[in-house]
Amino acid sequence: MKVAIIKYNAGNVYSVKCALARIGIEATVTDDEQQLRNADKVIFPGVGEASVAMSYLRERHLDSIIKSLTQPVLGICIGLQLLCRSSEEGNTECLGIFDTDVRRFDNSHCQEMKIPHMGWNSIEVNKELLIPSHFSGEYVYYVHSYYAPVCANTIATTEYIGKFSAILNKDNFFATQFHPEKSGKLGEEILRKFLSL
Amino acid sequence: MLAKRIIPCLDVKDGRTVKGINFENFRYAGDPVELGKRYSDEGADELVFLDITASLEGRKTFVQMVRRVAENLSIPFTVGGGIGSVGDVSILLNAGADKVSVNSSALKNPQLIDEIAGAFGRQVCVVAIDAKLESDGQWHCYVNGGHNSTSSTLFEWAHEAQERGAGEILFTSMNHDGVKEGFACEALSRLHQELEIPIIASGGAGRMEHFVDVFNTGHADAALAASIFHFNEISVEQLKKYLEQNNIATRKVYK
Repeated sequence: MKVAIIKYNAGNVYSVKCALARIGIEATVTDDEQQLRNADKVIFPGVGEASVAMSYLRERHLDSIIKSLTQPVLGICIGLQLLCRSSEEGNTECLGIFDTDVRRFDNSHCQEMKIPHMGWNSIEVNKELLIPSHFSGEYVYYVHSYYAPVCANTIATTEYIGKFSAILNKDNFFATQFHPEKSGKLGEEILRKFLSL
Repeated sequence: MLAKRIIPCLDVKDGRTVKGINFENFRYAGDPVELGKRYSDEGADELVFLDITASLEGRKTFVQMVRRVAENLSIPFTVGGGIGSVGDVSILLNAGADKVSVNSSALKNPQLIDEIAGAFGRQVCVVAIDAKLESDGQWHCYVNGGHNSTSSTLFEWAHEAQERGAGEILFTSMNHDGVKEGFACEALSRLHQELEIPIIASGGAGRMEHFVDVFNTGHADAALAASIFHFNEISVEQLKKYLEQNNIATRKVYK
């Protein structure tokens, strides 16, 4: 199986590559259009700032390439946010695959809730499109200050200040707000499920 | 619900883990990669590796170790020790670290925090503070592994670090470190009240009750400990079970 990781100015490309290697997949990190189109699965990772990441993608025409991919695509963290319509972070227009606008956590009524939302939190599976419902209640690792509100594309949620989208899906696009590559054995299981789609 | 994190800390010297008592008298405790894997399997939520090697040669060994850890570990890990520039951070992140912890170098050059947060995002930047409560009733910050006192005090410095872009504060009480009689809950609780970013408590873990106190009374978001885990006094698994029984949310490990 050919797995491509989109190469751009995001922080955790190496972690994702290591996580795939642990489950026996040698992934290619690339920004080459042909390599991306020819891959069986594409992973769109990310740690960083939305507007900076979007302008990087636009400069290299990766924005239109990503939108037109037809094989299963997995966005991770900022990858999820960039697949939404827009982000409040730097007032950024994003790729518009998922029908929701990314917002910043608002803790003005509950200041004991820290921002960023950092650490392990549990997921609730609403639709068994990527992971089975018995994964509900299991913990995954998050680090983020912005979130995608629950929308028609939400297939799993997590509760922090309010409910937000833990996993989104539309057609061949999947995305997790959490980091499967840092979520222990459960994370590896989620990556395996994605690769078996 | 967001779980409280348990973080084993490994002090690394020349590629091996060590842990001292009150910052001195080091004892050897094993291979960092093996220990890291063991903790990860037992349910550690994160790991911290602190490089206490002084030599340049030792620092190269450390980067190689970070790479080996990253290849073998599926939980987040932080590295610290001797980080003085954005270039150092870049090397460690490229070797697979998720976060870096800065201590002495940030106190000497606070601008470093702005630079790290600006270049890699604030989630990458953990500011570690070693402080000692002294007879004047103030928590004084120390640098160089607790050897030298500074004119900075804990709460002021923690605020400044947050404003500059720290993603978390890792506070070690030098009064409590290695003594095993509990964490500095009063100071921790004040940090929790005054700051917006998560607080990692360090120094003083000896018994499982201490962790209940640090979360309930100290309101810490995470607790860090070294020797109790390295010498098999308490296992991470056992500790998490105990915390659950005391109604503290922890991550159940998926098997």
